[in-house]
Amino acid sequence: MGAAYETIHFKADACDGCNDCMTACAQAKTQTDDHLQSRIQIVPSGEGFELAICRQCGDPECVLNCPAAALSKNAGSGVIAWDGSKCVNCLLCTVGCAYGGIAYDSVSSHVIKCDLCDGAPACVKACTPGALKHITTGRIYNEVGNLEDLFAPGLSGCQGCNTELIMRHTLRRIGPDVVVATPPGCIPGMGSVGYNGLTGTKVPVFHPLLTNTASMLAGVRRFYKRSGRDVMAVALAGDGGTADVGFQSLSGAAERGEEILYICVDNEGYMNTGMQRSGCTPYGAWTSTTPVGERAHGKTQDAKNLPLLMVMHNCNYVATASTAYMEDLYEKLDHAIQAAKTGFAYLHIYSPCTTGWRFPSDQNVEVARKAVETNFVLLWEFNPEDGLRLTHPVDNARPIDEYLETLGKYRHLAPEQVEHIERTLANNLNRIRGFVAAKGTASAAAGRA
Amino acid sequence: MEHTHYLIVGASHAALSALHAIRLHDAERDVTLLTRDDSLPYSPTVLPYVVSGRSAPDRVFLRDDAYFAEHKVNYLRGARVQKVDSTASAVELADGSKIGFDKLLLATGAAPLLPPIPGLAGLKFHVLRTLADALALRGALPHIKRAIVLGGGLIGMHAAENLAKGGVEVSVVEMQPHVLAGYFDADASAMIEKVFAANGVRLLLGASVASFAPQGEACRAKLMDGTVLDADLLLVATGVAPVTEFLAGSGVETGRGVLVDAHMRTNVANIWAAGDVAQARGFFTQDRIINGILPDAVDQGRIAGMAMAEDPATKDYAGGVPLNTYSFFGQHAVSVGVHEGALEQTGVEVKKQMDAGENRYLKIVLKDRRLAGIFGVNAAFDPGIMWELILRAIDLGDEKLAFLRSPQDTARALMSKNWR
Repeated sequence: MGAAYETIHFKADACDGCNDCMTACAQAKTQTDDHLQSRIQIVPSGEGFELAICRQCGDPECVLNCPAAALSKNAGSGVIAWDGSKCVNCLLCTVGCAYGGIAYDSVSSHVIKCDLCDGAPACVKACTPGALKHITTGRIYNEVGNLEDLFAPGLSGCQGCNTELIMRHTLRRIGPDVVVATPPGCIPGMGSVGYNGLTGTKVPVFHPLLTNTASMLAGVRRFYKRSGRDVMAVALAGDGGTADVGFQSLSGAAERGEEILYICVDNEGYMNTGMQRSGCTPYGAWTSTTPVGERAHGKTQDAKNLPLLMVMHNCNYVATASTAYMEDLYEKLDHAIQAAKTGFAYLHIYSPCTTGWRFPSDQNVEVARKAVETNFVLLWEFNPEDGLRLTHPVDNARPIDEYLETLGKYRHLAPEQVEHIERTLANNLNRIRGFVAAKGTASAAAGRA
Repeated sequence: MEHTHYLIVGASHAALSALHAIRLHDAERDVTLLTRDDSLPYSPTVLPYVVSGRSAPDRVFLRDDAYFAEHKVNYLRGARVQKVDSTASAVELADGSKIGFDKLLLATGAAPLLPPIPGLAGLKFHVLRTLADALALRGALPHIKRAIVLGGGLIGMHAAENLAKGGVEVSVVEMQPHVLAGYFDADASAMIEKVFAANGVRLLLGASVASFAPQGEACRAKLMDGTVLDADLLLVATGVAPVTEFLAGSGVETGRGVLVDAHMRTNVANIWAAGDVAQARGFFTQDRIINGILPDAVDQGRIAGMAMAEDPATKDYAGGVPLNTYSFFGQHAVSVGVHEGALEQTGVEVKKQMDAGENRYLKIVLKDRRLAGIFGVNAAFDPGIMWELILRAIDLGDEKLAFLRSPQDTARALMSKNWR
C-alpha cells in the first residue's frame, strides 16, 4: 500500500491576513520576525488572501530537477528535505515548483522551504482564524492500508457512494474475527452478501430480515461467547432497517446491553428500492413517496433523531460520524469497537446518496462536509461515564442554503420550508448542547455489568 | 541476444524522469538503463561545482544501486550504444553485443560542439560534459595560473567563475557582443558582466579566435583583432549538440536532434526521445526546437515514460519554453520565456526596471495580457509559477497592473486561486 502524507490545508475565506503564521514560521526557522524568511507566504489577493507554501508533492518536480541530489522526499514522513551540504544554489528547483513552495532567500543565500516542523507546524498553531489546518489523515491510511481488506473487490455501489468506503474501512479495522449482518438495503444490494452461493466478504456474513438484525446478532455473539471465542457481532445496516422496521429488535438489544457493534449507514431513506422516505428522511426532502407537485412539497415531518434515541438507551457507546472527517470517524470506530466488547455500541454514519439526493457523483465528500459545516449534521459521541460531547463543534456555521442548494432533493423548497429546517436545526443544536452541559447526568446507570 | 521490454539509453534527467514515470504505471516489466559512464547517474549541470570542489564527486549521484534494485531496473554501466536497428528492434553496443527491446527511449543528451578553429585539433584542451571531464579539469587546477574559456554561455561562465575563485587568471572569449545571449538582453548581460569584471575575470566580447598554437603544455590564442592570449589551460565551451551519429541508417528521423511528436515519439512507432537529444515542438514557435534545459528534460522524460508505459493519463507536451536560472558570485539571474523580439508585435507590452546601484534588473514581457517572458537579475519571483502562467496562457485581466508592479506576490495569488 502506498504511503499517504500529511499536509497543510489552507482555507482562503477564513484567512484575515494577520500574518501570524509568517511570524511563527520565521521565528521557528530563523529566530527572527522577518516575514521574507518565512517558509509560508500569505499574499494579498483582491479583498482576501492566498497562499504559497511547499505542498510536499507526492511526485515532486523539484526533486527531479535537482542536479545535485540535494532534494529528496522522505518515504516515511513525505517531507521533501533539502540538504545544504549538497545544494549548489542553481535554483533549478524553483523552476520545477509551480506553487512557490521553494524559493531563494537572499538573507541566507540559498533556497528555503517548509519541512512541516517535524510534524507540528508552527504556522498552524499560530493561526487563530483557523485558515490553516494540519491534515494528518494520511496516518490512518498508512496504518489501515496495511490491514487486510475483508470485502471482495468490485462491489457494485452507485458511482460516488461512500458506503463502500465505510464498509471496507470498518472491517479492516475490526479484523477477521467477526460475523457481519447486512439487513436488506444498499449494503447487501451492492454485493456484500454475495451472489450465486459466494459471499462478498472474506468473513462470515448473513442477511437477516429487516426486523431482526439486532436480535440475530445478539444470538451470534452469545453463542460465540459461550463457546469461549471473542468474535465481534457487527451490523452494517441502512437507516430504514434501523430506524423504522428494525427498531424494535434494535431497541431491545440496546436495552439488554447485548455486546454488538451496530453501524447505521444513514442515507436518509430506502434508497436501493427506489428512494422511499424513511423515519430518517429530513423535513422537506423529496423522495418517491414524498413527491413534489402541485400540492405536495416533499416530506412534511422531521426526521427522528435516531442516535439521540440510542443515547436514551444508555448504550455503552453512541456516536455520529461523517466520511468528510475521517480522523474523527476512526477515533469513534475505535471507541465503538472497544465498547462493543462489553456492551451495546451504536455508530451512526452519514452517507450522502448521489442517486437519491440528486447531486453529482464526485461531490459526496463535499456534501458530507457541507452538512457538518452548516450544522445539518452534528458530530458527537456519548458514553455513560463522560456523557455527550461534540467532537467537531462548528461555531460559525455556514448558512443552511449552502448545503440545501447542492442537493436536487431540496430544489423545490419554499422559503418557509427553509425556515422550518433552520428551526429544526437550531432545536437539534440546543438539545445536543443541553446534553453536553448536563454532562454525566444521563449516565446515572453507568457501569452496566 | 538479451531482451528487455523498456530500454532507456542515457542516465541523466530525461532518462531518470522517464524511468520514474514508467515505474509509476508499470511496476513489473523489465527496464534496462544504459549509460556510457562507469558511474551511477549524475547531472551534467552539477559538473562546474565538481570542478570548484563545492560538490564532492562521490555525492553528486542522482540514484543509488538500492533504487535500481528496489525498482527492478537493470542498470548497465559503460554501455555505449553505437547502432540502432529499428527493424529488428535492437541496439548494438560498442563491444558488439546486442540488446533487443520492445520500446526504446533515446535520452543520450548532447556533446560539446567544437568550433572549426585552426590549431584547435592539435591542442590539449578541456571540455565539460562528463564527470570524467570535470575530474580532469579539477585535477589540472592546482597546476595552472592562466586559463582561456572559449564561449560565454552557461557552461563557460560557470567554469570561468569557478576557475577565478580557484585563483586562476581567466579570460572568456565570446563571439557575441554579450555573455549568455540566449537568455538575457544586453542590459541584463551587462550587469552580469560587471560582476565578473569586478571579480577579476577578463571578458573579451564580440571576439573570436583566429588560431591556436601549442606552447609546450600550454597554448596561445590569436584573436581576430590581433590580441594574443597565453594560457596554461583551454576550456572549450562553445555549445553542445545532440548526440545522433549512432542513429545513422536506423530509420529514426533526425533534424538537428531526434525529431519527436507531442508524446516524444519518433517516426518509429516503438522509439521515443527526450531531453537534450530531442527536437520537439516549441511553445512559441511552429518549428520543432532543441530546448536543451534541465527542467524541460524532466518534463519530456516524464511524457515519454508515460507514453511508453501506455499510461492513460499521458498528456501532450505543451512545447518548450526557454528558461534558465543562473547563479554567479552569490548573485542570481532568472530567465523564463521569450523577449519581445521573438513575438509578433501586436499586443506586446514590455516593462523594464533597472537599479544599477543594487545590480537589480527586472523585465516583463506581456502579449495580449498574458505573460510571455520574465527576466530578472537579483529580482524575486518564482520561475516555476511564471512558467505555469505562460503554459496556461492565464489572462492577467484586472491583475495586469498589480502583476507589473509586484510580479511575485501577484503570481502567487494567481497560482493559489487558479490551480487549487
